[in-house]
Amino acid sequence: MSVAEQISNNGQSETAVENKFKVIGKDITVHYGEKQALFDVNLRIPEHQVTALIGPSGCGKSTFLRCINRMNDVIDGCRVGGELTVDGVDIYRSNIDVVELRARVGMVFQKPNPFPKSIYDNIAYGPRIHGQASGRGEMDEVVETSLRRAGLWDEVKDRLDEPGTGLSGGQQQRLCIARAIAVNPDVILMDEPCSALDPIATARIEELIDELRERFTIVIVTHSMQQAARVSQRTAFFHLGVLVEEGETDQIFTNPKDERTQDYITGRFG
Amino acid sequence: MSTEHIVKSFEDELDALSTAIAQMGGLTEVQLSGAIDSVARKDLRLAEQTVASDAQIDAMEHEIEAQAVKLIALRQPMARDLRETIAAFKIVSDLERIGDLSKNIAKRSIVILDHHDTPSRLMQSLSRMGRLALGQLKKVLDAYANRSLEEAQEVWMSDEEIDEMYNSIFRELLTYMMEDPRMIGVCTHFLFIAKNIERIGDHATNIAETVNYLITGEWVVDERPKSDQTSSVNMIDS
Repeated sequence: MSVAEQISNNGQSETAVENKFKVIGKDITVHYGEKQALFDVNLRIPEHQVTALIGPSGCGKSTFLRCINRMNDVIDGCRVGGELTVDGVDIYRSNIDVVELRARVGMVFQKPNPFPKSIYDNIAYGPRIHGQASGRGEMDEVVETSLRRAGLWDEVKDRLDEPGTGLSGGQQQRLCIARAIAVNPDVILMDEPCSALDPIATARIEELIDELRERFTIVIVTHSMQQAARVSQRTAFFHLGVLVEEGETDQIFTNPKDERTQDYITGRFG
Repeated sequence: MSTEHIVKSFEDELDALSTAIAQMGGLTEVQLSGAIDSVARKDLRLAEQTVASDAQIDAMEHEIEAQAVKLIALRQPMARDLRETIAAFKIVSDLERIGDLSKNIAKRSIVILDHHDTPSRLMQSLSRMGRLALGQLKKVLDAYANRSLEEAQEVWMSDEEIDEMYNSIFRELLTYMMEDPRMIGVCTHFLFIAKNIERIGDHATNIAETVNYLITGEWVVDERPKSDQTSSVNMIDS
């Protein structure tokens, strides 16, 4: 163990570790053709915390989320300005390998989207194409660890060769989370991961998010303010493409500083 | 509040909560005023009425708490709405205590009714102290109704005056008791009456702190100016 690692593990430098920002967006602007969707957003995402992005539809929260792993690249006419770094590296530099980036910054979508493959292959697919596991034994281990971390192992361990699409909605979403963590990412982006799930499946995912933050940095877009309040340590409120306010979640939900945040979270405008 | 809720029934429920607290505040004012007058005027009927009407304040406390619990369970209030709801719990609890203390004053006024040689100066001091506490209660209820930080802070700052009056009444009563041991019984009742009024002043400042939280989202952390020194008075030296 290096000296730096020892320092960061002995607990004394906890504040420094807590303050480390994994993702830093500086003056981020996004245009879809002529239409500007984000205006000079400055947001820092701390490591090993859950940051919730909230705001009404069309406010730019998903747009910002998709900037973090360059998912906006696939949209025609989309231009991103400003500087966005993950671990200090500008991810919009021309020599960045986007496939590699998306392995480091994984994503879970609103609707569970397992591949039409077995449960096992859903998990094994990523490590296989990234060359992260050699041999069946090692791959078995990756699959088991990922499913365990996603809280799904006990439910599927006896039917790993059955299709992933045969699972319930909540299980499918946890399978997608297991798939994202199988390639050992640093950051997991979640775009309304529970909006298609019932309250029990939602609670399971929320519990999982809380466990996952020990290993990963999580950014979640949610329309449910109760969910943002329950799962996140920090909350950022977007409105009309502008980051209005960002702060500790308990402060945002008990004493927001900006009138627009206050109005939105108390249900005074939509 | 800047704009109205999209869900109007939520707005109505929050309004109903505020209105109920204002009503309970009004009842508590009447209760305190009745208690003070029953001492000052030696009015048995008023004292009995005051004792009896405390039940109504207790009932209102439970009613408002139930309303606030329902609001939390069904609406999950956030930010200012959450603070309104939390403030409701705290304010009704203080008002209920004021009601209880007033009832206790009224009860004691019945016991000392037949005691005719109470020094008039003492009675005047007690009435003045009672009116001060009543003024504090009125002002803090106005601060709540108007959501006025300024009025709440005024109440918070001026509790010291009640404390000072309590100190002087305490010393005066000690003197009477030492001069004439036959006065000990009645003076003890007066002492409790004065202490109750002093406590009522404290509850009014608690409400002022809650109003401060409701408006600013911050709890008051400063030590409030206090002048009750009776806890360190040594009888032997007095």
